[in-house]
Amino acid sequence: MHDTRLADLAAARWKVQVVLTTLMIGMYFGFILLIAYDKPLLARLIAPGLSLGILLGAAVILLSWLLTWVYVRWANTHYDAALDRLRD
Amino acid sequence: MLMLQEAATRIGEPNRVAMGFFFLFIATTLGITWWAARRTRTTEQFYAAGRTVSPGQNGIALAGDYMSAASFLGIAGLVSTTGFDGLIYSTGWLVGWPVVLFLIAEPLRNLGRYTFADVVAVRLRQTPVRIAAAIGTLATVSFYLIAQMVGAGGLIRLMFGISYETAIMIVGAAMIAYVLFGGMIATTWVQIVKAVLLLSGAAILALLVLSRFHWSPTALFAAAAEKYGDGVLSPGRLVSRPLDAVSLGLALMFGTAGLPHILMRFYTVPDAKAARTSVFYATGLIGSFYLMTFILGFGAMVLVGPDVIKSVEPGGNMAAPLLAEFLGGTPFLGFIAAVAFATILAVVAGLTLSGAAALSHDLWVSVVRKEKAGAAEQLRVARIATVGLGILGVLLGITFKGQNVAFMVGLAFAIAASANFPALILSIFWRRYTTAGAVTSMVLGTASTLVLIYLSPTLQMDVLKHESAWFPLRNPALVTIPLSFISGILVSLLTTNRAEAEGFDGVARRMHLGSRG
Repeated sequence: MHDTRLADLAAARWKVQVVLTTLMIGMYFGFILLIAYDKPLLARLIAPGLSLGILLGAAVILLSWLLTWVYVRWANTHYDAALDRLRD
Repeated sequence: MLMLQEAATRIGEPNRVAMGFFFLFIATTLGITWWAARRTRTTEQFYAAGRTVSPGQNGIALAGDYMSAASFLGIAGLVSTTGFDGLIYSTGWLVGWPVVLFLIAEPLRNLGRYTFADVVAVRLRQTPVRIAAAIGTLATVSFYLIAQMVGAGGLIRLMFGISYETAIMIVGAAMIAYVLFGGMIATTWVQIVKAVLLLSGAAILALLVLSRFHWSPTALFAAAAEKYGDGVLSPGRLVSRPLDAVSLGLALMFGTAGLPHILMRFYTVPDAKAARTSVFYATGLIGSFYLMTFILGFGAMVLVGPDVIKSVEPGGNMAAPLLAEFLGGTPFLGFIAAVAFATILAVVAGLTLSGAAALSHDLWVSVVRKEKAGAAEQLRVARIATVGLGILGVLLGITFKGQNVAFMVGLAFAIAASANFPALILSIFWRRYTTAGAVTSMVLGTASTLVLIYLSPTLQMDVLKHESAWFPLRNPALVTIPLSFISGILVSLLTTNRAEAEGFDGVARRMHLGSRG
């Protein structure tokens, strides 16, 4: 009983970990591959002084932080509550 | 023209404000060390600050451990001389942090005590695993330490006008004092003081820059493009070879999750939840710092100019100090110089402590004494290891004087990503990981990284000045990370061990519930 609950929780956590890590890797290496293979696209100016490359670079930083926020929120609400139930 | 440029800066002359701030920093941190020393009686206090550091404090300290002078001075310099290409580094240095949070921070806190080897060895055979993990740790720490020491000597000579050797000895003496007497408590607070100084220094600089461009970053970028062409806003020649960019990206992303001095910080907080929260704070602080490097770099490009920056120091490392001098005169230059010094000092203290933990906790207490060492002996050995590593750091710093050691930071990240990270991931998530598999992945990860770096253009062409190199990639992570994972998995499958696999049930439980659960 106890162990299947832990296994379920471990599976749920694994899913969150895989999804978020994949998003992170995809986002960063998407940026790197654009730099490597599509320089003209990143050179395009969206506003005076703002190239798509600079915008995406800043976006990678901000989205990384957003992803950590998503994880912490999930863990604080769902994961911790499930752990508390397991400890009872 | 050249005469004018040289006369325009006071960098390299003894600067009273810099000296003043520097002595203030040393006095404050030694005061903290004296306070911490009275609270450092047990190994738990020495290595893990008694596990009483709050998530907010640890978040700032993690940021302090991670933001080295290389990122402050180096990235600002790279952006000021190459524009967008420098920004690739600003993003690259941050993206490892979510990985640390998603995969490593909480299991590490729940499974280990002082080092990452605790986690890998938890259900495997102690002696071989700890020796292999100590090799990975000490290799990472040594190369990172050499890069910081040589950088420190050069910078301090440039900014304070004292000799290279004196500078290295001052750094060595201060870092030994912090760690030896104050252990993790002092090291944590030195990191906090340094992080606050660095973040506020960078923020003041960024605000002063923006005040000249109607508070608009895009107006600043536009001014840079107007002066030096639209090319500064787009990818240029720095990433001429795509695989190099991907390989470096892999090293930065997964190396962060294998840096011993970063991992050790997760043991200083009370529980896994606090470890989790501290990474969220750290990522926010480090992210805002790297966003500020956009402003500092382009600010220095527009206001100081790449030619002047390179004439003071060819690597561009003086861009931020020159910008400070331009915006706030000699006093502000002095403040920023002192901040850069404090930054180096704090990072080397963290490195020394994590190296000392590998030597004393992993090698002496587990391997040599088989867990039979008493508390007093453990603490004594940890302190001897601290002094030994500190002296080694000074000697290495002096040995590598004038050498091109910039590649060593990339090397340290590559070893962390190829030796420490795969072993941690496999031991946490894979039931069938065995002792032989763990040792193989860690030893092969370290050895292949060292060999391939030696054969790479980074060493063969940049340092040894040969015509060509045998191995094409500048950073070997693209090859060595998969090699370490695959070899660890294959050897584990060949050496199936039932008892070790059964031990995974306990690991899976403790990973979530901690030792209390």
